[in-house]
Amino acid sequence: EQTNCDLFSVYGFHLGLFTLFRSYSFLQNKNDGYRTLPLSGHVGFGSLPDQLVKKSIKQGFCFNILCIGETGSGKSTLINSLFNTTFDDPVSSHFLPSVKLRAQTYELQEANVLLKLTIVNTVGFGDQINKENSYQPIVDYIDAQFEAYLQEELKIKRSLFSYHDTRIHVCLYFISPTGHSLKTLDLLAMKSLDSKVNIIPIIGKADSISKTELQKFKNKIMSELVSNGVQIYQFPTDDETISKINTIMNGHLPFAVVGSTEEVRIGNKMVRARQYPWGIVQVENENHCDFVKLREMLICTNMEDLREQTHARHYELYRRCRLEEMGFRDIGPENKPVSLQEAYEAKRHEFYLELQRKEEEMRQQFVQRVKEKEAILKEAEQKVHAKFEERMLALQEVKLKLEKKKKVLEDEIAMFVEKKANAEVLQSQPSVSTPLLSLKKDKDRKKYVLMLVIRGSKKKFLHISLL
Amino acid sequence: MSELVPEPRQKPVVPMKPVGINANLLGYIGIDTIIEQMRKKTMKTGFDFNIMVVGQSGLGKSTLVNTLFKSQVSRKSSGWNREEKIPKTVEIKAIGHVIEEGGVKMKLTVIDTPGFGDQINNENCWEPIEKYINEQYEKFLKEEVNIARKKRIPDTRVHCCLYFISPTGHSLRPLDLEFMKHLSKVVNIIPVIAKADTMTLEEKTEFKQRVRKELEVNGIEFYPQKEFDEDLEDKTENDKIRQESMPFAVVGSDKEYQVNGKRVLGRKTPWGIIEVENLTHCEFALLRDFVIRTHLQDLKEVTHNIHYETYRAKRLNDNGGLPPMTVETEENHESNL
Repeated sequence: EQTNCDLFSVYGFHLGLFTLFRSYSFLQNKNDGYRTLPLSGHVGFGSLPDQLVKKSIKQGFCFNILCIGETGSGKSTLINSLFNTTFDDPVSSHFLPSVKLRAQTYELQEANVLLKLTIVNTVGFGDQINKENSYQPIVDYIDAQFEAYLQEELKIKRSLFSYHDTRIHVCLYFISPTGHSLKTLDLLAMKSLDSKVNIIPIIGKADSISKTELQKFKNKIMSELVSNGVQIYQFPTDDETISKINTIMNGHLPFAVVGSTEEVRIGNKMVRARQYPWGIVQVENENHCDFVKLREMLICTNMEDLREQTHARHYELYRRCRLEEMGFRDIGPENKPVSLQEAYEAKRHEFYLELQRKEEEMRQQFVQRVKEKEAILKEAEQKVHAKFEERMLALQEVKLKLEKKKKVLEDEIAMFVEKKANAEVLQSQPSVSTPLLSLKKDKDRKKYVLMLVIRGSKKKFLHISLL
Repeated sequence: MSELVPEPRQKPVVPMKPVGINANLLGYIGIDTIIEQMRKKTMKTGFDFNIMVVGQSGLGKSTLVNTLFKSQVSRKSSGWNREEKIPKTVEIKAIGHVIEEGGVKMKLTVIDTPGFGDQINNENCWEPIEKYINEQYEKFLKEEVNIARKKRIPDTRVHCCLYFISPTGHSLRPLDLEFMKHLSKVVNIIPVIAKADTMTLEEKTEFKQRVRKELEVNGIEFYPQKEFDEDLEDKTENDKIRQESMPFAVVGSDKEYQVNGKRVLGRKTPWGIIEVENLTHCEFALLRDFVIRTHLQDLKEVTHNIHYETYRAKRLNDNGGLPPMTVETEENHESNL
């Protein structure tokens, strides 16, 4: 018996060692050849995910949803129901000439999580008579968001951690509930988008299909997608905790949803529902539609994976194509690895030359304008000068005239003074017979003086002081 | 003077400008589950952390790192044998291990710098270290700039550099100042006073004050840098650490002794047992909490968002006149196989 126990224990020991070894080598393979060390005490880096999460919460999260569907397929109502709020979205008409996209960003907060939600809606999709260019604007929009991110990433001085990510993380494609199959437009659109964005196909307004028809419809859609090679988003199944539910959900695609902005009293609660004469369709009732499944998958389980797939798969593909387009290569023509650095330098040189050329152009323009302005000013200056000269001349003339008149008056004064002197001489000699004469002379003189005074006042230049 | 017509603004690529509207939520949606999703994702991918220790030999660098991570991550050097030549320059030895705790797997790399400050003439002995750090940035940049790039670029950049200050009790040495001046701009430096059990409490506080003052006077920005405080909460928390606790005066040990019925890490001396994790004895616990439990992620982020970006901008701006990084360096990658 003891030998049996011994054998058992030895066997058990070996088994234990073996499993330990297996797990050890398994670990070693997983760790790229790094050895695992056991810890002899509590270190504390188990809080690392919490530190990371805390930082992410501070930064906030971004999530961007693109809704593609014909006008009236229930896009806005579904989004309102999904996020349990009423986003301000005006109803669009059927008569738009081309497809446009309308983006609106909202900030939602739940607990301490801040979410920057951007909803992009297509407007006028499937309304035109000629639908050739229906999905090109959508492809362009998605590419434009990737391009914006790429440009930021390629900048020399960049700030990626504070960049508002506008890349589309998920595309909800609304299929019309015809009950038959996919439309050609749907197939074409999804085919052109499946390598650029995560597509989740949805049957909108699903309350117009009965249960049996619905299952047939779903199967038809999925088989058409598969046979046309359209790659829709598959919920990830590599994490054990969620793989089971994700696999189940993958089997329920496309989700048949009903949205509603009205609330109806059922029992003692108010629920979102659509009221018909024949009954009430409850949005959150899993028997009625797949709305709860969609919300669960989109938000509660796979939001992070959607974001990661967008960044790691779709964006990387776009980036690769775009860089190759721009002329960068990882391997040069002689099959030697060309550093992006050198290609970068060549491009920079090119841009630098372009910059210099533009600068030169602007400088020329500037010089030109300066010249023009100078010419205008010079002209004005000359005019002013001319006027000045004119005025100066006029002034001179007036001066001359006045000088002349002054001279004339001065002559007259001189004459008068002379006469006065003579008169005084005559007066001082005879003292008897002069009174009358002098009086007369006085009168004359006074008259003469008065006349002079009058003339003087007229002239305003001279004044003669009376004796 | 007439105004030049301003250059026409580039039209935004997005067809319509998004408008921010605050939407009120009625009822639970489940947005906060993204935290759980993110946490699960990060636990699956694991973390990288690279820590460098710099200081003259004999200051207890390897012991401290082993104490920090509670395992033999760093091999202690037993001094230079007579037969071994003292290396002419500073060597850079990077050793990587994987440690796991609480479901979180961390690939820890300890970068040792034997030979720093040990020669007679120590001029420019920080240059190999600076070169190594820049080489890691260069490696990352090369990977990032590839057209077909890896899903997860291996991160070998130095996230944290512990600089060991000799506990002379007087002030910093010229070598210390020179090193920190040069490297505080390329890497996060955390100054640490080594072998703090040689100082009494008063000597310790005075020395710390003097060191802080000298660092400030010389314009050395050690981690956490003032200019990277993001908000008021960070600022008050970091200010407290910057002005009171740093530089941490630490004691390291990997031997356990029995104190008051508990087994603790410590150093046994004739006059008592110095408990490493006792806050009244030394500040090791503060350093450990600071580096590992609260600021680990921040160290990585500052390295990635600021130091790496500065390096990248400089590198892309230079007109290709930089000499290519030499491939043969003094680095030895030991994976302890």
